[in-house]
Amino acid sequence: MARLSAENTEIALEIIGRYPRSKSALIPLLHLAQEQDGYVTDEAMAHIADLVGVSAAEVLGTASFYEMFKFEPVGRYMVNICTNISCQLMGGEELLEHAEHTLGIRPGQTTDDGLFTIEDVECIAACTEAPCLQVNYRYFHKITNGEFDQLIAELRSGSRTDIPAHGTLAKVRQRIPADRRAGVITPEDTAHPVWLASSQEAQS
Amino acid sequence: MPESEAPAVDGVVVEINGLEVIARKGELLIDAAERAGTYIPRFCYHERMKPVGMCRMCLVEVDSGRGPALQPSCMIECTPGMKVETESEITKKAQDGVLEFLLLNHPLDCPVCDKGGECPLQDQTMAYGPGESRMVEEKRHKEKPIPISELVLLDRERCILCDRCTRFAKDVAGDPLIHFIHRGNNTEVNTFPDEPFASYFSGNTVQICPVGALTASPYRFKARPWDLETTESTCQGCSVGCRISIDSSRDQVQRYSGVDIDPVNWGWLCDKGRFSSETVNAEGRLSEPLMRTAAGLAPARWSDALSAAAAALAAASPTSIAVIGGARLTNEDAYAWAKLAKGVLGTDNVDAQLADGLPVDAVLGLPCTTIDELCAPGGTVLLLGPDPKEELPVLFLRLRHAVENDRVTLLEISPRATGISSLARASLQPRPGETGELMRALTASSDTDREIAGVSADRINAARALLAAANGPVKVVLGRASLSESVSVTLDAATVLLGARPDTVFLPALRRANIHGALDMGLAPGMLPGRVTLDAGRNWFAECWPTVPAAPGLDTIGILEAAAAGNIDVLVLLGADPLADVPDAELAERGLAGARTIISVDTLLNASSLRADIVLAAAGFAEKAGTTTNLEGRVSALSQRVTPPGTARADWVLASELATRLGADLGFTTPNEILAEIGSVAPSHLGLSLDLLAGAPDGLLVPADLPEPIEELLEELAEELVDQTAADVSTDAASDGETAEGAESGEGGEEVDSTVLAEIELAESAAAQPSTVTFIPAAVVSAPPVDSYSFRLVATRKLYDQGTIVQSGNHLAGLAPGTSVRVSPYDFDRLGVAPGDTVSVRSPRTTLMMPIHADSGVSRGTAAVVLNQADYRVSELMNIADVVTELRIETTK
Repeated sequence: MARLSAENTEIALEIIGRYPRSKSALIPLLHLAQEQDGYVTDEAMAHIADLVGVSAAEVLGTASFYEMFKFEPVGRYMVNICTNISCQLMGGEELLEHAEHTLGIRPGQTTDDGLFTIEDVECIAACTEAPCLQVNYRYFHKITNGEFDQLIAELRSGSRTDIPAHGTLAKVRQRIPADRRAGVITPEDTAHPVWLASSQEAQS
Repeated sequence: MPESEAPAVDGVVVEINGLEVIARKGELLIDAAERAGTYIPRFCYHERMKPVGMCRMCLVEVDSGRGPALQPSCMIECTPGMKVETESEITKKAQDGVLEFLLLNHPLDCPVCDKGGECPLQDQTMAYGPGESRMVEEKRHKEKPIPISELVLLDRERCILCDRCTRFAKDVAGDPLIHFIHRGNNTEVNTFPDEPFASYFSGNTVQICPVGALTASPYRFKARPWDLETTESTCQGCSVGCRISIDSSRDQVQRYSGVDIDPVNWGWLCDKGRFSSETVNAEGRLSEPLMRTAAGLAPARWSDALSAAAAALAAASPTSIAVIGGARLTNEDAYAWAKLAKGVLGTDNVDAQLADGLPVDAVLGLPCTTIDELCAPGGTVLLLGPDPKEELPVLFLRLRHAVENDRVTLLEISPRATGISSLARASLQPRPGETGELMRALTASSDTDREIAGVSADRINAARALLAAANGPVKVVLGRASLSESVSVTLDAATVLLGARPDTVFLPALRRANIHGALDMGLAPGMLPGRVTLDAGRNWFAECWPTVPAAPGLDTIGILEAAAAGNIDVLVLLGADPLADVPDAELAERGLAGARTIISVDTLLNASSLRADIVLAAAGFAEKAGTTTNLEGRVSALSQRVTPPGTARADWVLASELATRLGADLGFTTPNEILAEIGSVAPSHLGLSLDLLAGAPDGLLVPADLPEPIEELLEELAEELVDQTAADVSTDAASDGETAEGAESGEGGEEVDSTVLAEIELAESAAAQPSTVTFIPAAVVSAPPVDSYSFRLVATRKLYDQGTIVQSGNHLAGLAPGTSVRVSPYDFDRLGVAPGDTVSVRSPRTTLMMPIHADSGVSRGTAAVVLNQADYRVSELMNIADVVTELRIETTK
């Protein structure tokens, strides 16, 4: 687990090509790195720094601002249990305690088999469905202890295939062919956004 | 900035605390208030960096017409009619609140903090903050302190996140190696793991840190601000001449800090300069003279050492005496030694440069420029010299600012990439030896269609277009881009450019501190003090010196060759180390071996002074008063802050003592008397005086800032008289409002009358004044034909090397990077080697076994090395007589 793989470097270069300034590709490239290794490695950040022409410290500074980039290995499934006010009233803390017992870990820790990490999170904006949780940022609403155990069993046995590994952004990678790109014109040099012309073209 | 700079025409009238203040258009409120005498407290704002409004300390009540509101005064420009209250209750409440907030997590460990006593957080809390803390909660704790580089320590608990250091690193130095990491309450400044803040400018962050978060390891726990005694001086780390303050305690130099002067360093220093404070107290400082005995160099009495030195000099004929060095000296020392060597001993074999600089006619005779002119907005700068980041770091900062902020177009011609390449609009890497040919193409009347000097036609044409489009004169930073290339190559290129564009101006980029001053004072063959040649100044100096050399003498190369041939009886090394610095090690070895008596005048022993027969202990920087001259020709004062070690004496005292023993009298007993003599006999320095210097804290440009030559002055005065008569006429017709001007010039006119007679008298004595040296256009240089099996050597220098300044400091010594042979990735692959493999590097002189690395900054067919590093003595490869050094690189497997 280190720098971006050859295949991902190629994707990275394609992503960089979409922006007038390569530095703008920083966040997409960090996602790419997290997708590759499940978390963002130091080596990947150094590699990204080289690719976009900034210092590694600047990459770390940007990346560490965001909660969803992880800099330590995490489980294949990141389980975020909400303990904010609505969920707390509806049993979120009890659910978290149950999860700790079921998995045998504390929030922030990862199970020995490397499958699960639990996090105690602030409001995830599903108050009407409290208590709620996310697995790799996919929602599960009004969860009971039994449902939680079943979810864990299904994930462990591999019978649930709808949740990809942590870091995966989408099941289908976005590809923008060169002729569909917005073009690498710096904002200062553009009178109208490039997409405006292409969208008008598409409408007519 | 001085108030007089505020032009009333473009001014904006604002009201600060009920007083009307005229601000410059676009001026920030915090600056306008300060200029008007109202200091607004601040942490993040720094007048040499862009404002960010991070700390909120400068909140003041501002009413721009919509009622008063708190606004950060570092972020708003003055607008007409703005009403500002900096001392209202609301403002005070805001300042109190901000300080309480900033102190929430601050550890208040002032008793063990280096900043305590000079800390803006401490001072402003006392002045504007809450008297007591309401904080009962646990504060944030972090590991204290962590080293973020070899020189800088970071204590994150103390940090108030003002963004000064990070802005400096990114915007000023261009080394964004420190950054805010994490978010919210967890935010901290830090480096990337295992990637230290290895910037040449890291020490500046310590100086501008408004709390004790960043401290310098060389100064850690060394002194308390209230124990420090401070004097202003000029850094002698290189020839940029940054203004510094020297802090001492218990008669020991503790640290240097940058002093902000507009024409030079803007308050910044490089780490080598800043931490060269350790050199003053270095172990091994010579505190008494040494003389060679059977057992080697042994301490001696001054009277014995000086008598022995004088006896050796007295016994030698003038042409068999030679003096090398002088850049460590003050102007006064240099003048004293020039007077001793040329005026008493009568030898002209004197050279302050070590065959690694430029001929004196180029340094002193080319149309010159200043750093400010070089960096003036919209200009075109051509780097035809060494990497400024490595050799003249603060000049690099000024150039970087000029390119990034002032639309300066930078072109670079250097055989390998430099620290400033990324800022250059065109960066050409000619094959060593062919820069002149490249310059001919760049200044030609039409585009080229072929590759020249290894540079493609497209690149040449693009650079040619940039040069042709230059708005105003092209300003050249002129020096030695590679020391394995003959100086004639650089001179050829300069001659071509000057021929094509006669308005071209030059800034000589010589590295050693007071080299310009040493040359000014005549420490060069064929020269006399005051930038005049021996021939031009002979009659002038015959009147005030006992003697003047009969004919031009030898330069360092000539001296070493003569010594090797047994023709030098006494070789004086004035703080020079030819073995380390002459880019031809073999010649230096032969020269030192052949000289019969070597007298070294130095502060520390070096490779060359270890060979000396007599070593005279000299007082160094901060241990003696005097003046120095930077690369612009700017003379500034050096101050004594501490006493020299033991019985070490100033260089001028040694010259004077030797003269006395030789039966002559140099005629001065203090540095001030020498300065007065320089001001009255050195033609370029006429009029220079202590009084004049005392009134010029930024230094004096010689000769521009000196009183004008008498004839011109008289002409001008005559013109002024005519003008005044005209003004009198117009005053009669003018309205009352304009009479003030007329009256002023009238007063001036009366003064003229009273001084005219005295000045005419002076003018008569100035009639024979010799004119100063002019540049001798260089001949066309033709490099040997390209041999595709060979590599041409490019030898450059790094900021940290085996030189005295770096090696005598505990903290700098380890930073010298060492060297390897570096070739382009293409050649690297062609050789079929792995990084770090040992290869045989063979020149006509010798063969070295060195590690090899690929470097994308090196051109095909060239090989780059660094001089004066500990591991490999690459100057052994070079022969100074060759235009270029050709190498064969062979694998050893």
